This record gives sequence, C-alpha cells and structure tokens, in this order.
Amino acid sequence: MSVTPRLLAAGDRALVVEYGDAIAEPINARVRGLAALIERSAHPGLVELVPTYRSLMIHYDPLVVSPGELEAIVRDAAARLDEVAAPASRVVEIPTAYGGEFGPDLAAVAAHVRLSVDEVIATHAGGEYLVYMMGFMPGFPYLGGMSPRIAAPRMGTPRTVVPAGAVGIAGEQTGIYPMKSPGGWRLIGRTPVRLFDVTAPPPALVAAGDYVRFVPVSADEFHDLDRRVRVGAFSPTVRKRP
Amino acid sequence: MTSIGAFGSARSARPSGSGPEVSWLDVLDGGLLTTVQDLGRIGAQRYGVPVSGAMDPFALRAANRLVGNADGLAALEITLVGPDVHLSEDVTVAVTGADLAPHVDGAPLPMWQAVRVRGGSRLSFAGVRDGMRAYLAAAGGFAVPRVLGSRSTFTRAAFGGHEGRALRSGDRLRIDAAPVPAQPVTRRLLREAVPRYGHASSLRVVLGPQDDAFTEDGLATFLRETYTLTPQSDRIGCRFSGARITHRAGADIVSDGTAFGAVQITGDGLPIVLMADRGTTGGYTKIATVVTADLPRVAQSAPGHRVHFVAVTVAEAQCLLREQEQILDAISESAVEPDSAATVYEEDSASALLAGAFTAFAAALGTTTAAGARAAHIVRAPMPGLVVSVLVSPGEAVDEKQPLLVIEAMKMQNPVRAPRAGRIARTLVSAGDTVDTGRPLVEFETDRQEMGTPHDG
Repeated sequence: MSVTPRLLAAGDRALVVEYGDAIAEPINARVRGLAALIERSAHPGLVELVPTYRSLMIHYDPLVVSPGELEAIVRDAAARLDEVAAPASRVVEIPTAYGGEFGPDLAAVAAHVRLSVDEVIATHAGGEYLVYMMGFMPGFPYLGGMSPRIAAPRMGTPRTVVPAGAVGIAGEQTGIYPMKSPGGWRLIGRTPVRLFDVTAPPPALVAAGDYVRFVPVSADEFHDLDRRVRVGAFSPTVRKRP
Repeated sequence: MTSIGAFGSARSARPSGSGPEVSWLDVLDGGLLTTVQDLGRIGAQRYGVPVSGAMDPFALRAANRLVGNADGLAALEITLVGPDVHLSEDVTVAVTGADLAPHVDGAPLPMWQAVRVRGGSRLSFAGVRDGMRAYLAAAGGFAVPRVLGSRSTFTRAAFGGHEGRALRSGDRLRIDAAPVPAQPVTRRLLREAVPRYGHASSLRVVLGPQDDAFTEDGLATFLRETYTLTPQSDRIGCRFSGARITHRAGADIVSDGTAFGAVQITGDGLPIVLMADRGTTGGYTKIATVVTADLPRVAQSAPGHRVHFVAVTVAEAQCLLREQEQILDAISESAVEPDSAATVYEEDSASALLAGAFTAFAAALGTTTAAGARAAHIVRAPMPGLVVSVLVSPGEAVDEKQPLLVIEAMKMQNPVRAPRAGRIARTLVSAGDTVDTGRPLVEFETDRQEMGTPHDG
C-alpha cells in the first residue's frame, strides 16, 4: 500500500515532500526511494534533490517546471514506490583508534555509563549505523542506531578545535567530524580516513542510505593508515549489506 | 569631463580582428570581505556541501549580462568596504548591487552598465552609499578553478574561489579572455529598474514549510511587526531582532532541507533568514521563505535595516520571479551605441556625485580635514558594528595604517586604521559601543594640512 506524503512549499523554488516526523529506518528508506524515482524522471526543471530523515527537499527551477507539473511527478513517484525494490545498501568500514590521544573523552564516557572502556569500545564498534542523511557540514553523516547503553551528554563547553576524523558521542547519537571544527561531542576515537575531499567524485565517503561500521585499530595501525591515506594509497573496505 | 578619459577606450577599442586577451586583476587592498562568487555549487547538497554563491544573485547575473558573460560566470562579491584593485589590460567591467561609490583612477565609475576600462587603471570604492554588497564582473569572468562545479568561495571550509578565502593584498586573479566586439556595445540596466535598497523594506514570503508549528498569535506577530537586521549577520544568515514569535511546542524539528531565503525561527523566537552559505539541512522551524525576487533586499540590508514580512502565494512569488527575469532579459537587449552610452555616463556620474558627495567623502574610511596649520581628522566607522577594543589613547602618536580600534561586524573583527600618520587628540567611542556607518570614532591631528581628497585614487 502506498503512503501519501505531505507536500509543503519552501518558497517559490523548493518543495518539501514529507513522510511524517519520526526518525525511523522504513520512513528514511521511503524518502531515498522517492528521490531515486524522481531523479530517474530526469525532468530538466529539477535542480537538486536533498534527502533528509523523513522528507525530501526538491530544489526546482520554476521557469522550467510549474508547481502543478512537479506535484504530478512527485505523486506519481510516490504511488509507484512500493513496486520498486530498494537497492542493496553499502557498509563502509571506518578504521578507528579508540581512547588515549585519539579519544580523550573515552574514559569519561565509560565512567558516565558505568561500563569498562573495553565494553564501550565493543558496544560502539559492534553496531552498524545507518546514514540517515548528510548535513551540518560538508561530508557529515547523521548516523542512527547507536546503543543507548553508551549514550553520554554533550560537553558543557564545546572544544574550540576538534580534529578531522574525530569520532564522538552526543546523547544517543554517534558521529564523525569530516573536517576540523569547533564541537561539543564527547570524543571517543579518531579515524585517519577522510570523510570529505572536495577533489574526489563524489566528495563525501558516505551517502544517505549507506551503513557505517567502526573497526577498532591500534595506534600503530592508525599512523600507518594515516600515511597511506595521505598518499592516496588507502580506501576503506566497502561491503554489500545482505 | 576629464574623467571620461579613463573609460575612453570604449571608443578607441583595439582594432577588430585582434585576438582576445587574458588579463589580470591585482589586489592592492582586499577590503572588508571580497570573495569570488558565481551562482553557487549545485548538486552536492546531498553530501552536506552548502550552495554558497552570490548573496544577491540578481545583481551578480545583471553584472555578468552587462559585460556579455553567461549568468553563471564568477564575479567579485564586495562587502561594504570595497577593495582597491589594479587591472592589467583593457577590460569591460560592470559594477552592480550596493552603491559603494566605485571609482576608476579617482573618477566615479557609473554602476549598472558596462564600462570599458583601460589597462593600468585602478579601481577602488570610496564608501557605502546604499546597500551592502556590490558585484564586480569582468568580461570573460574570473578564472579561479572550479571546485565541485563552482567557482564560489566557501570560506568556512576554505574551498572554492581564490584559495578558499577572501581576497587580500598581493592576490592576483586571472580574467579569462573574452571576445572584443568589432562594434563596441555598452549595455546598461534600464534606469527605472536600478534598485534602491534604503533603510527599510517589505519582504514578501511564502508561508511554510513549518508555519503550522506556530501559534495563531505567533504567525500574526511575524506578519505584523517590524524586524531590524542585527550585526550578527553574515553569508550564512541574516538575523533580525524584534517581537518574539511564539511556537506551539518548541523550535526543534527533525532536521530537514533548507531553501535560500528560509526564515528560521529558533528558540528565542526571532527570525534568521538563511542565505548563501546556509547549512544544507537544519533542525529549527522555518515559518516562511522569502521569495526569490526579494532576496536582493535581504542581501543588501545593512545592520539597522528594518523589514516587514508580507505573505504571498507561490504563484504570486513565481510571477515576481518572472518579472525579475524580464528585467535581466532587457539588459541583453539593451546594447547601445557607445556615443549615447558616454552621454548617459556623464549624466549619471554628475547626479551620483551630487547625491552621494557627502556620504562618499565622509565614509571614505573617513577623514575630514579642518582648516589650520594643524589639521584635525575624524576617523569614522566604515561599517555598522560593535566596538570591541580601542587600541590607542589620547596623545599617542600613530603611523599611517596603524590599527586604531577594532569593530566587529558580520562576526569578523575589522581593524580601523589611521588614514595617515598623526597624533590622537580624542577617542570618541569605547569598547562595547554599537556604532553606525559614519559615526566619528577617533579624532587625530597632523602637522600639516592635507590638500588631497580623502580618497587618493
């Protein structure tokens, strides 16, 4: 049975196609499926599609496609959504050095959740995290699916500098900083892998719909991988998800 | 007028048949915030890459069309305090958007029209008269590398444009070769279409996508009250102060996409209009979206500018957009003979000079010269903002270009420098003061009277 989305104008050249207001994998999958179908229409009035948790933003050129015509394209795609099989997801492995200089807040997080440091690492590295959407900064994935057992509040005072590749926890979310920036997440580890590279097509390592798995590595492995990343001699393992 | 000479080469253009030439723009002074921008980075928002591009896309497109470029070529976006640049070869340029009193070799440069400027000329800006952001296009376009398909500068992540940053002294930009028409043409914007930004405007908006997150009273407040642009505004968003707009149940939503011009209402109940460098997604309610045709009014608002939001339908907004397109289309069709253009130029510059003489001179990073053997100079605020520190005391001797105080505007700390060497007579503001453009900041004395104009071109 097809689900009818809500269409909301976001000004005179963007349309929001909304499936409720919950963060849930089936809703998110619907958004991505809709984006793929609409993209396939290749209408010249479509400028850019931005899938988010539970809605799709369609940036369009009103001089080329009328709102009525666009709405028809969207409704048609929404109605056909259930006939189309979702493409298999990718799982991207992110080698991560936990604790120490790489994750200065790991011990504090462990203390907060009353687990050992190793248990926090095992829990964090044991999950597969859906990339619900990209945003906040270039290459930043909004990941879902972290165990609430290792949830920890943001820092009271954000750090002025968090390095690129830092892996952190904020509330029930985990994330990776794609570039150096200020930030208030509790840092538990760091990856040498680059999540964002403006010169790479596509510029982001992961996209909405991918899954991310953190793979613990030692400090020595981190430095070795870091060297290989710098000379372009490393790309992370990507698996198909059954 | 002697100044015609600066532009005279329009009539003595290189002989037809000579090939197009690459030329260079050398930056002598970068100004407050001068960046290379085009119509933005399209197609990478799904990876979290902001669109960037011109804050006032209408003015950028107009500038490009005036010089015969495609709409999407890169131009310079010049914020409030203009740069000082040198052009290596004869080149056709156009300045649009905010009136920052552009000059070529000391003579006023007419805006909103194509002007052929002779190689070796120096282009500068005497000070703001109207608006916030000017655009300088050159025939051929600025040839910085494309990053993800666009030449726009995104300073926050340091990519695009010229080395991912604002221009500064010593930078050199290449201007791509453009064909020089055998029959010189001078395009100009219809006089009645030239925008006047002023100090207040109505902003037409389409309500939504989250207008249902507000109380009836909240929506009524939004459409009834006047809001004032604050200095905490930048290329990401224009923040307004005014009456609080009440939510039904909080300002947070599950993050969704953001459109150019979205009016975001955060927990404090005040509007932020999301602009060119906005994040691709956001987790706050968006009560409405400013219509495309009115985005220039937001982009050209200086702190203190007052706005009033007026709701229109999507159909009305798109009608306004088509009208704006017709204005741009009229440019391409307005190619006029150079002789009549020259006539227009003299008329334009004369009226502009009269209208803007006072503000231009006062704001020329601003010295005024008093009579007498010892001349007193007032340094005025080149921009509205917050004085964060005063670096000099009465009696202190200062060198030319020495920082006198620091004003924070658009989230940046901008030093205000001594226009020449002298001794501080009085400081007229203190740290913590909010100042408007032209407000006297420091009075200082020099030993001899300077006869030159405050702005030496």
